Amino acid sequence: MKEKLEQIKEEALEKIREASALDGLQEVRVAFLGKKGKLTAVLKSMKEVAPQERPRVGQLVNEAREQIENALEDAKSGMEQRIREARLKAEVIDVTLPAQKSPVGHRHPNTIAMEEVERIFIGMGYEVVEGPEVEKDFYNFEALNIPADHPARDEQDTFYVNGDILLRTQTSPVQARVMEQGRLPIRMIAPGRVFRSDEVDATHSPSFHQIEGLVVDKNITFSDLKGTLAEFAKELFGKDTKVKFRPHHFPFTEPSAEVDVSCFKCKGVGCRFCKGSGWIEILGCGMVHPHVFEMCGIDPREYTGFAFGMGLERISLLKYEIDDMRLLYENDIRFLNQF
Amino acid sequence: MNTALSWIKAYVPELACTDQEYCDAMTLSGTKVEGMERLDKNLEKIVIGQIKTIEKHPDADKLIVCQVDIGTETIQIVTGAPNVKEGDKIPVVLDGGRVAGSAHSDGPLPEDGIAIKAGKLRGVPSNGMMCSVEELGCDRAMYPDAPEYGIYIFPKDAQVGADAVEAMGLRDTVFEYEITSNRVDCYSVLGIAREAAATFQKPFLMPEVKIRKEHGKTEDYVSVEVQDKDLCSRYCGRVCTDITIGPSPKWMQRRLAASGIRPINNLVDITNYVMEEYGQPMHAYDLDTIAGHKIIVRRAKDGDVFRTLDGQDRKLDSEVLMICDAEKEIGIAGIMGGENSMITDEVKTVLFEAATFHGANIRKSARRIGLRTEASGKFEKGLDPRNAEAAINRACQLIEELGCGRVVGGMAEDGAPLSPLRKIPFEPERINGFLGTKIPRDDMLRFFERLELVYREEENLLVIPSFRQDLEGFADIAEEVARFYGYDKIPATLPSGEATTGSLPFKLRIEEKARDIAEHWGFSQGMSYSFESPKVYDKLMLPKDSVLRSAVTISNPLGEDFSVMRTMSLNGILTSLSVNYNRRNKNVRLYELGNIYLPHQIPVTELPDERMQLTLGMYGEGDFFTMKGVIEEFFTTIGMKKPAVYDPDGGKPFLHPGRQARICYENAEVGYLGELHPQAADNYGIGTRVYVAVLDMPEVVRFATFDRKYMGIAKYPAVSRDISMVVPATVLAGQIEAMIRQRGGKLLESCHLFDLYEGAQIQKGYKSMAYSVTFRAQDRTLEESDILGVMKKIINGLEHMGIELRQ
Repeated sequence: MKEKLEQIKEEALEKIREASALDGLQEVRVAFLGKKGKLTAVLKSMKEVAPQERPRVGQLVNEAREQIENALEDAKSGMEQRIREARLKAEVIDVTLPAQKSPVGHRHPNTIAMEEVERIFIGMGYEVVEGPEVEKDFYNFEALNIPADHPARDEQDTFYVNGDILLRTQTSPVQARVMEQGRLPIRMIAPGRVFRSDEVDATHSPSFHQIEGLVVDKNITFSDLKGTLAEFAKELFGKDTKVKFRPHHFPFTEPSAEVDVSCFKCKGVGCRFCKGSGWIEILGCGMVHPHVFEMCGIDPREYTGFAFGMGLERISLLKYEIDDMRLLYENDIRFLNQF
Repeated sequence: MNTALSWIKAYVPELACTDQEYCDAMTLSGTKVEGMERLDKNLEKIVIGQIKTIEKHPDADKLIVCQVDIGTETIQIVTGAPNVKEGDKIPVVLDGGRVAGSAHSDGPLPEDGIAIKAGKLRGVPSNGMMCSVEELGCDRAMYPDAPEYGIYIFPKDAQVGADAVEAMGLRDTVFEYEITSNRVDCYSVLGIAREAAATFQKPFLMPEVKIRKEHGKTEDYVSVEVQDKDLCSRYCGRVCTDITIGPSPKWMQRRLAASGIRPINNLVDITNYVMEEYGQPMHAYDLDTIAGHKIIVRRAKDGDVFRTLDGQDRKLDSEVLMICDAEKEIGIAGIMGGENSMITDEVKTVLFEAATFHGANIRKSARRIGLRTEASGKFEKGLDPRNAEAAINRACQLIEELGCGRVVGGMAEDGAPLSPLRKIPFEPERINGFLGTKIPRDDMLRFFERLELVYREEENLLVIPSFRQDLEGFADIAEEVARFYGYDKIPATLPSGEATTGSLPFKLRIEEKARDIAEHWGFSQGMSYSFESPKVYDKLMLPKDSVLRSAVTISNPLGEDFSVMRTMSLNGILTSLSVNYNRRNKNVRLYELGNIYLPHQIPVTELPDERMQLTLGMYGEGDFFTMKGVIEEFFTTIGMKKPAVYDPDGGKPFLHPGRQARICYENAEVGYLGELHPQAADNYGIGTRVYVAVLDMPEVVRFATFDRKYMGIAKYPAVSRDISMVVPATVLAGQIEAMIRQRGGKLLESCHLFDLYEGAQIQKGYKSMAYSVTFRAQDRTLEESDILGVMKKIINGLEHMGIELRQ
């Protein structure tokens, strides 16, 4: 019996060694371990074995079975391994062939700059506010301390709809609208489209964008204005950016300043972007004029505040080295797709 | 405002700094220097020489050979200049020197000038060059005494061998200032000099105005009456007799020329000089032309016509202020004098006028008349009434000093009483609190002293000088402190106080999503103008009575092409597509987020309704359904989960009649999409199919939400059935889907079209469609009987629509 089992086992192992494909292994399994297999047949013939011998024979059969199964399993995994390796070898691709893309569209450079500025100020706790583009003379001028005969009106070539309604020349009217609502404190920025009657050329457009900022609270100081804009400039143009405040005049702020940042192209050495000066004028700002507070119903002895405004196009033109403003409104995809 | 630094230094004699230091310090204290130009740029090795002898050139008729004494030696110079003679003193540039320009070119000066070297002219050695004013970088406007062609000739007393550049007043720098509109006082040399003195902490010396000898009394010569004191707060007149017209002295000519004013003669130059110096425009009349020797200041009458001294007839109205004599008008106040009282070289007696007119009135008058002058530009800023008297006295002093006339004693004047000087409380703690500084009180007082603000200790008041009309209250005083303390020294802090949350409003968050989705689908963002031509409506084939033709109109547009505020957004995107098409860009997809402006009424009396539009446009790859996909993805992204309804009856004349749809969501119209009508495409010069979509964002925002609720992932299996059908061509897929959804009820998970065929295999007037319908229950595995029941309902419904099922 033992010899017979040994013989079956050897026969099976021999067949396993000879098998060249997974199918062959399966055949071996069926031929020896299947219902009608040779080893199964031995088990079936157990009744011919003396009862006291049965446990021993049973154990021999199981040992043989286990050995065959192990051999089958080893052969199978070895074979699978070889098949996988062959497949991997056959599947080599040229990774330098061109990519398959579904082309995405691109944001307008103005929007990229605007979102950047918004991100910075939202991070500092500012709310983004919008106001009408077709605006009342009152908000665009009167409420900002620019009465009807003020010379500053000459500096801003205004498009009028009629005597009372105009296309806003600045985003500053949003300041007045927000202050008038009287919810204090205020920390807001107002991005948007503004209009001035400038003929279209490489550096002028009758329609462009500004971002206005306003902070009103108790104890807001000029030094807060300096600190806030210095932080902003570092965020926008890089942490080494320096700012310079120069006295200036705006009717709706006092004191007022123009702000230069150290040229982010040449790091202040002097280049064609900063016209050799190392500085680039980037925005106007100041402490909210007491008259403006009074006109909006806020007591200037109790509250102080600062405001600032900048041109979005100026930032995007400088940042991306765009030399002609007309490109921004032509919408040639060869331009837009670069951003 | 352009001024030579030497003129400023005349009043701040201790001022000593480089040009760059001056530029930086003035800019930081608020007098912004816009530019500076060295007058001696590229002028090297140029001395005063004297021509000793002149001989003819042996080989050239037009050249002469000169022996020139240059102080240290005598050198030979060959020149072709026609105007020199023996004994003349002339500027000579020596070998190795440099001049700024060429006598033969009118173009811009070369950046590095022109190097001069010794050489030979037609075989004769020449060791330098005699210079014309053009070669010295100047022109005859600045040197009226220079000959038209040829070498500049110095006065006889010029010192041979001395620096010629210095002698010509060219060792100087002209600074250009940007003066802000509030600082009227700085539109004058004295104003800038006062700022310079305060900036550099040096003494400021006003010119000493003293007339040595006066004769007679002004009232014997002229009287002044201001009738309209609201428009003329002060009018001063002084008389000078025995006038001799001639050139003004060189120092005055140089200063005027450096300021960009052409020297004319002593009388004109004096008025211009005083205008520059004091910022007070002056006018000079020939007193003998003034009828009744009387000046009356009053408004013109509507329709009056007046000839100004430039020979033009000007139409007047009753808001224009006039200077008149006893009989007639002789000048438009503050703008321009009249031809009838013009000064000629024969003038014997001059009446000087220095007045203060109402700034806004002058500004408006100048605009209505269409005549803006140097004088009106100054008046319109609103001048200091106290300045008029100082200026007119200065002019009289100069008449005497220049020896061109005799000054009559006294002054004729009229006007409103001078308003008292303004007083502002001095609040040093408040100033420090406002600026965020700790500036000592005494430092502040020192700044004020330099600015001529007088502190009255007993009342704690600052008395504001009348020339500082811009100083009105606390904030202005704080600015003066900040300016002279130095903006750069003020610390940088961040606002303290209650923390606030930064946020983007919901509307802007939805717009951000719109940008993300559009870009994901390959659309790039364009921007177009808010105003356009009314012809756009014709290009888009809008009917004559379309409400969209009622637009907000700009009363002063840049031209018709920019004259109406857009009532629809399509023109911008189509124009941009057209630009791309013309430039042969392929597969162009653009979107824009911008407002349209719908007036509530015409004419406009209130602000229009500004509605943000998302506009998409494309040509090239993709079709109607690509566009529809973008819209639906956008809706899904912003939480609009219900199916949108596409009504093929879009009603847009500019779209293909069979390929357009109104987009509705919960019964509200939120936009439209479609293929551009071929006629409209032609109108925009686009020779291919164009697809557009427009969403009215205020409507979209109404339905949008970022709220999401987790639904649970299905635990039980789904069952799918395919329905194949023959459908009358008139039945729309949307109707079939609506039927399947309605009848499928809660068990229906999804249905989608997987086959559509119209053609030879199908009976005419029909199409073949196949839907895959999926059912699932949340709480159990569906039984065959469930499926049979719901399928039966769906099939019944479809059959009612005239649809035939295929087996």
